[in-house]
Amino acid sequence: MAITVIPFGPQHPVLPEPIHLTLKVEDEIVKEAIPALGYVHRGLERLVEIRDYHQMITVCERVCGICSMIHGTCYSQCIEELMDIEVTDRAKMLRVIWSELHRMHSHLLWLGLFADAFGFEALFMQFWKVRERIMDINEATAGSRVIVSVNIIGGVRADLSPEQLRWILSELDIAEKEIKDMQNTIMNDYTVKTRTCGIGVLSYDQAYELGAAGPTLRGSGVASDMRMNGYGAYGELDIEPIIETAGDCWARCTVRFREVLQSIDLVRQAISKLPEGELAVKVKGNPPEGEVYARVEQPRGECVYYIKGNGTKNLDRLRIRTPTFANIPPLLTMLPECELADVPVIVLSIDPCISCTER
Amino acid sequence: MLFTPTVIKNLLKKPVTRKYPYEVREPFPNFRGELVIDIDQCIFCGMCVRKCPCQCIEVDKEAGTWACDLHECISCGYCRDHCPTKCLSMKDTHRKPLLEKTTWIEQGTPPKPKKKVEAPKAETKVEAKKEKPEVEKKAAPQKGGKK
Repeated sequence: MAITVIPFGPQHPVLPEPIHLTLKVEDEIVKEAIPALGYVHRGLERLVEIRDYHQMITVCERVCGICSMIHGTCYSQCIEELMDIEVTDRAKMLRVIWSELHRMHSHLLWLGLFADAFGFEALFMQFWKVRERIMDINEATAGSRVIVSVNIIGGVRADLSPEQLRWILSELDIAEKEIKDMQNTIMNDYTVKTRTCGIGVLSYDQAYELGAAGPTLRGSGVASDMRMNGYGAYGELDIEPIIETAGDCWARCTVRFREVLQSIDLVRQAISKLPEGELAVKVKGNPPEGEVYARVEQPRGECVYYIKGNGTKNLDRLRIRTPTFANIPPLLTMLPECELADVPVIVLSIDPCISCTER
Repeated sequence: MLFTPTVIKNLLKKPVTRKYPYEVREPFPNFRGELVIDIDQCIFCGMCVRKCPCQCIEVDKEAGTWACDLHECISCGYCRDHCPTKCLSMKDTHRKPLLEKTTWIEQGTPPKPKKKVEAPKAETKVEAKKEKPEVEKKAAPQKGGKK
């Protein structure tokens, strides 16, 4: 049978960001997929040479539009470890609250896009309706809907008043009810199951060996979640990694759906345990010479920051490994032997964030 | 069909969306919106210039001008947080879209030479210079971007 080559992307209705896949197709069955990246490279890491270490927070937040808070937290943790700064407990807990709000709105965005990928536009609108509520919480508390910019070296720069905390809790109650209304549809609906069950299967061993990250890894049954390491204030919260064992698109979707509910629970826990105290500690001087790694859990998986200080206000090196980068090899393993019509669903099931990957 | 109850509920409810240009939501008070400056309070210390992550602000102490490239501003609010005289503030609404590329320039009264050191890091000594006649606060958008 002759091989047909079909270009998929970088402009494709299902793709929120540009990635190109060259699909070698034989009779509607994909035999091979070759990726091409580099459409949105911005060279953000090199900006450490001209921006000082305080200003780099805003740059790091713009690595990814959708999980900006967690990028900022990871960078701040790096610098704080390098400069030996002890962040106050309140600041750590506030970072957890905003991080989990970000995880929620990122997953809700993805759930909507995923529903859209298999043509369920009404469900897409429902998830985005709930997401709007979370975005409003961000806007009212931090001052911006997506790029919240609350991290500073040594703590946070916005506080939550008791009234705001009560309002957040009441909004989360409504959001939780609205999300649970969707649970039956996204998990058990006939249309959804037909398009996702048994599609793009990634086994436990494959996920582990190929170095998958985040829900892609947990959807294959590997219990790996950086929040279990207890960075920031996560050590004080009850948290268990959410696992599904099927390894297909449905499992990855279910993991994300359950993580939204888990994040709501974490925000509630964090608010109940929010200690009193200062928001930020004073930072003096420049980062000393040295190298630091920090790992955090983003909505898409584990994110690694590496920084190297040289004693001046500019860092020597900043290196970011984002979760989508780790999830591309598993994607290329999932695609062979799938139907051409399933390619959009499988590509979206790893939650590709290409702007993160190329920075 | 498991989605049917949601569909029926939505049919009976009014739309969730607003008819935006005609119906505007009440803004949140903490929103970081349009940057505004009370130029009469400004001491031209340059702290906002040093803190701005996108380097969109330029201050000329001798001429007494404060300029901001609105197309580069990311509304992070660092300049507002670090302003020693609190002359910078942010509205809780967005700035209106600009129809042409402009640099926002404010003309104020330059501070008297020598005298007190305003900012933690004082700028290079300003030589004695003539006092400008007092100028009222005035926004002077100019054509053509800076740089």
